[in-house]
Amino acid sequence: MAKRIDINGLNAYYGDFKAIEDISMSVEPKSVTAFIGPSGCGKSTFLRTLNRMHEVASGGRVEGEVLLDGENLYGPGVDPVAVRRVVGMVFQRPNPFPTMSIYDNVAAGLKLNGGVKKSDLDGVVEESLKGANLWNEVKDRLNKPGSGLSGGQQQRLCIARAIAVQPQVLLMDEPCSALDPISTLAIEDLMAKLKDQFTIVIVTHNMQQAARVSDRTAFFNLAGVGQPGRLIEVDDTQKIFSNPAVQATEDYISGRFG
Amino acid sequence: MTATTMTPADRADHLGIHQPRLPKWGPAVIAAGSAAVAIAIGLVAGLQSKIQWGLIAAILFVIGQYVIASRVEGRRQAKDRLATALVWVAFLLAVVPLASLIYETIARGIKVLNGYFLTHSMNGVVTIQPGGGVYHALLGTIEQVAIATLIAAPIGLLTAIYLVEYGKGKLAKAVTFFVDVMTGIPSIVAGLFILSVWIMMLGFGYSGFAGSLALAILMMPTVVRSTEEMLKLVPNELREASYALGVPKWKTILKVVLPTSIGGITTGVMLSIARITGETAPLLLLVFGNPMINNNPFEGAQASLPLYIYEQWANGNEASYDRAWAAALVLIAFVMILNLVARGIARWKSPKTGR
Ligand SMILES: Nc1ncnc2c1ncn2[C@@H]1O[C@H](COP(=O)(O)OP(=O)(O)OP(=O)(O)O)[C@@H](O)[C@H]1O
Ligand SMILES: [Mg+2]
Repeated sequence: MAKRIDINGLNAYYGDFKAIEDISMSVEPKSVTAFIGPSGCGKSTFLRTLNRMHEVASGGRVEGEVLLDGENLYGPGVDPVAVRRVVGMVFQRPNPFPTMSIYDNVAAGLKLNGGVKKSDLDGVVEESLKGANLWNEVKDRLNKPGSGLSGGQQQRLCIARAIAVQPQVLLMDEPCSALDPISTLAIEDLMAKLKDQFTIVIVTHNMQQAARVSDRTAFFNLAGVGQPGRLIEVDDTQKIFSNPAVQATEDYISGRFG
Repeated sequence: MTATTMTPADRADHLGIHQPRLPKWGPAVIAAGSAAVAIAIGLVAGLQSKIQWGLIAAILFVIGQYVIASRVEGRRQAKDRLATALVWVAFLLAVVPLASLIYETIARGIKVLNGYFLTHSMNGVVTIQPGGGVYHALLGTIEQVAIATLIAAPIGLLTAIYLVEYGKGKLAKAVTFFVDVMTGIPSIVAGLFILSVWIMMLGFGYSGFAGSLALAILMMPTVVRSTEEMLKLVPNELREASYALGVPKWKTILKVVLPTSIGGITTGVMLSIARITGETAPLLLLVFGNPMINNNPFEGAQASLPLYIYEQWANGNEASYDRAWAAALVLIAFVMILNLVARGIARWKSPKTGR
């Protein structure tokens, strides 16, 4: 199921502003890849180019190619809506649909896209909630609104919602930044479990988290304010955290940055 | 801690955080006092108008509260009291006319308002005699407003969706501009426009429908405006969450954006309905008025509540005045019920929180 991603010479713009420049790297299948780097260096922007969410922002524009198992997401005739069904996304702030119950939130992707029998939904919802380590907490209140959950539960609900549509790749933009250590741990455990099925990319500001959960780590940096962000280096997490090739990476990881 | 040797008051003095306060009932006493003084002044000076009494009381209250508070509590508190007092006075100034309007309408309208009044028309009623009713006008208003809503609400809704979700560049700017211009169209002008196009150019006769067209013109911009505001309130994160699931844009709007804002949109539509329900001028030109029941809004002159009130008042006799007030009461009740329904829908449909 899981797919590999190869990025070649990627630039992304907001209008005239070039947010990231000339990024080339690979994301291995069935592994967790972490993006780290200072605020504003374009991690979120880069992440969003991987499922064509970047162009939703006003003025969002991309150059270069993103190959998903060899197929260019930015090739002619590619439907961004179809891309997003293959590459799912979890956002920094939990954003369950406020009008929907917990059940409907998880089922949202399948229901809205159609093609799933009502009778199959129950199973998918239960599987997804179990997959997101949330089932036990919500199984008695599936028909209650999703916004009535705690922040950490909401974020796991959003993860359940994302995995319910069975994507091949899961992108997570600082999924734990609003969560307590216990919920964070729950989500980290979840990532370790999910990487058997999905290719996972996670943006994080938490070095320990990157060290704990990821197999590979990519470090991004920007030369200065108003400059585009660039990929500095990408390697096995072990290598990045013990013996990085570039001095800037070591400075950033050890907190001697800036 | 050495706190055991200090009383709480000592400690507070030490920190300087305790200040003398007016007792809770202070403002009420000051209000009562200024009312009493105002009545006394009014009686002594022989002021006829109760409004003058009220204004004197209000001024005394604001000044008295400020002076007393600055004596007792100090300047900062006194300013706070002054602001509070002004807010209260402004509130009363707004509520008193409203309350007296409703009181007046009920007191005068209730006289002839009964089942008979609601179920009979003015057919064959001699205007200077009591009797007759408002059924034909109520029916006309309901039909005309319903048709206007059926025309204006969908168009307004779709326009707002276009402006918020799709609109970019020149076209959206132009649409916004025209909506703004339409908001400022006086109702009589909308009536004249339909009169010249629909009746004079196209040759249709007076009808409820012609009135509905003018009402729709008046309603559309308010629907667009309120819906636009509601759609803008929907956080972008929800749209993105939906896109990220691979849901197409139109379905995201239909299943995520609209349900999230439906409460506010309904309220907006209901308020614009309430607004056009009281329109008189265009109906005068287009619906014409009719003492008899005309069920068909598409053919022939119809009655409507505002028109009925106007006609009855213009008759200039006691029986007609009574009917006008009763019809006014019916009109207010109609709008009030619509508003309550809107609030109910808004509460029922708005995003739920809690477990
Ligand atoms: N919608 C937008 N429109 C214009 N510029 C944007 C937009 N979103 C981000 N940017 C700019 O693009 C650059 C990269 O932003 P991005 O959000 O990708 O940074 P980030 O690395 O994710 O930062 P953080 O760690 O704080 O989340 C920044 O300079 C930012 O100001
Ligand atoms: Mg970010």
